[in-house]
Amino acid sequence: MTITQLKEKSKTYRKKILELIFHAKAGHTGGCLSIIDLLNVLYNHVLRIPSPKDPSRDRFIQSKGHAVEALYVVLADQGFFPEEDLKTLGQYQSPYIGHPTKKIPGMEQNTGGLGHGLSICAGNALAAKKDKSDIKVYTILGDGEMAEGSNWEAMMFAAHYKLDNLCGILDYNKLQISGANAQVMGLEPIKQKIESFGWSVKEVDGHNIEELVNTFDQLPFENGKPSFIIAHTVKGKGVSYMENVAKWHHGVPSAEQLEQALAELA
Amino acid sequence: MAFFTYETKKDTRSGFGAGMEYLSQHNPNVVALCADLIGSLKLEGFIKNSPERFFQTGIAEANMIGISAGLAVAGKIPYATTFANFGTGRVYDQIRQSVAYSGTNVKICCSHAGLTLGEDGATHQILEDIGLMKMLPGMVVINPCDYNQTKAATIAIAEHEGPVYLRFGRPVVPVFTPEDQKFEIGKAINLIEGSDVSIFATGHLVWESIQAAEILLEKGIKAEVINIHTIKPLDSEAILKSVAKTKCLVSAEEHQINGGLGDSIAQLLIQTSAYPMEFVGVNDSFGESGKPAELMTKYGLDANNIVEKALKAISRK
Repeated sequence: MTITQLKEKSKTYRKKILELIFHAKAGHTGGCLSIIDLLNVLYNHVLRIPSPKDPSRDRFIQSKGHAVEALYVVLADQGFFPEEDLKTLGQYQSPYIGHPTKKIPGMEQNTGGLGHGLSICAGNALAAKKDKSDIKVYTILGDGEMAEGSNWEAMMFAAHYKLDNLCGILDYNKLQISGANAQVMGLEPIKQKIESFGWSVKEVDGHNIEELVNTFDQLPFENGKPSFIIAHTVKGKGVSYMENVAKWHHGVPSAEQLEQALAELA
Repeated sequence: MAFFTYETKKDTRSGFGAGMEYLSQHNPNVVALCADLIGSLKLEGFIKNSPERFFQTGIAEANMIGISAGLAVAGKIPYATTFANFGTGRVYDQIRQSVAYSGTNVKICCSHAGLTLGEDGATHQILEDIGLMKMLPGMVVINPCDYNQTKAATIAIAEHEGPVYLRFGRPVVPVFTPEDQKFEIGKAINLIEGSDVSIFATGHLVWESIQAAEILLEKGIKAEVINIHTIKPLDSEAILKSVAKTKCLVSAEEHQINGGLGDSIAQLLIQTSAYPMEFVGVNDSFGESGKPAELMTKYGLDANNIVEKALKAISRK
């Protein structure tokens, strides 16, 4: 896919996310808009997934499970299930629930409770190394999630086992449910922290498609080291009244707000 | 009279080690992980045979469970090993979400369960692990009674697709079950047939229950002793069949009474045929430091207390 096509995809995805959350009357709007460019580039440029169960497929696990609506939109667009099915999101007996589950084609693992994804991906990457497979493993972590100690256990492990087939991606929008990271639990200096754990780290603008493509194309950043991408993002990106506002972490737009958002994204 | 005899005493954790050594040679999908307790878990044989299938995680149990889940997703059969306290309570959320809820084929295998690690005291003596694990949907919970049975269980769980919790311990205890036995998950074993009282025991308390049955026989009481090595799924049929005959029962376990084997049996019986029941287990208390035998006596996890509880159950018929 060309850069122009990818940019168009991001626009479309944003609109679909908003419509989906508006329809379901629940969702993590801010985080979905924050990670959607990452997911777009991952699924339409980076990941090799011929089909959801293909044994040779690359693996993606979204550790920040709450931004699941963005993943639903992208997986439907990959053709893993009919987009129409998403109309049942959040309803009784629907498999499309508020956090990722393996019941959905293309979702590798149940996530939701934070601090699980990086360990699971490291285990997956380790198995691939042992099997001499060229499978690559990716995860998106939330910035608030980085306070979970298990992530740092996984950081040590991945470096110790030289998992250069593993890539962690931080959705660094600097806001979490209670407010700014800096107030809730400071992360900085995050790049130095992760580097000091033995990873190779690059920082990017998480909404700049071209920059994202170029960065992912350089993986692994160093042989013998796991790679980490700090993606500087904006919570609620693309909708003026949502951008950088913590309350949109779990906010649902009204009909008028949806209309305005769609107009801004046109 | 002696219902069972034994030639040696061994620790159940060594049975686990022997089972792992067997798996290193017979099941290429099995991988082992350990949080810095290789010697305590008796993993040396596995590591010697299959160093490329062993992963040291360091003292980072939460990550060990996550790594195991990831290995299982990739088709491996991971055995995650540490002490029972750190492999269950400490990492409950990792097990709940990434193993049980996700249905990953992870075997959580823990030594030093219960009181009998002795001198280390309450921080290392978990008495809640059966309860924690049995509450998780889909989790199989196994507590074998001696070296041979632990070895057999270790080998058998590799063939079961899904999460398993296998608990065992440190003290040397009589080896009285057959060598090279076949272990059937969820199938209780009737060790001694009797008609006056049923004793349902798990883990180290099975041998104590056999001793109790001998003491009871001297008093003219015929106790039935059933080895409930699998707490979940519980062998309801075997339990109901036994109590239909004896009309009273005792449960015996190295665990809190709250949430243990006895709880599961009581839940079964109250819905079907409630008979007088007595519980042998730790009564809402943490452990403490001491020699294993001293602690087992203090907390009533021995033959004498099982006898006492059996007599009480019979008197309540």
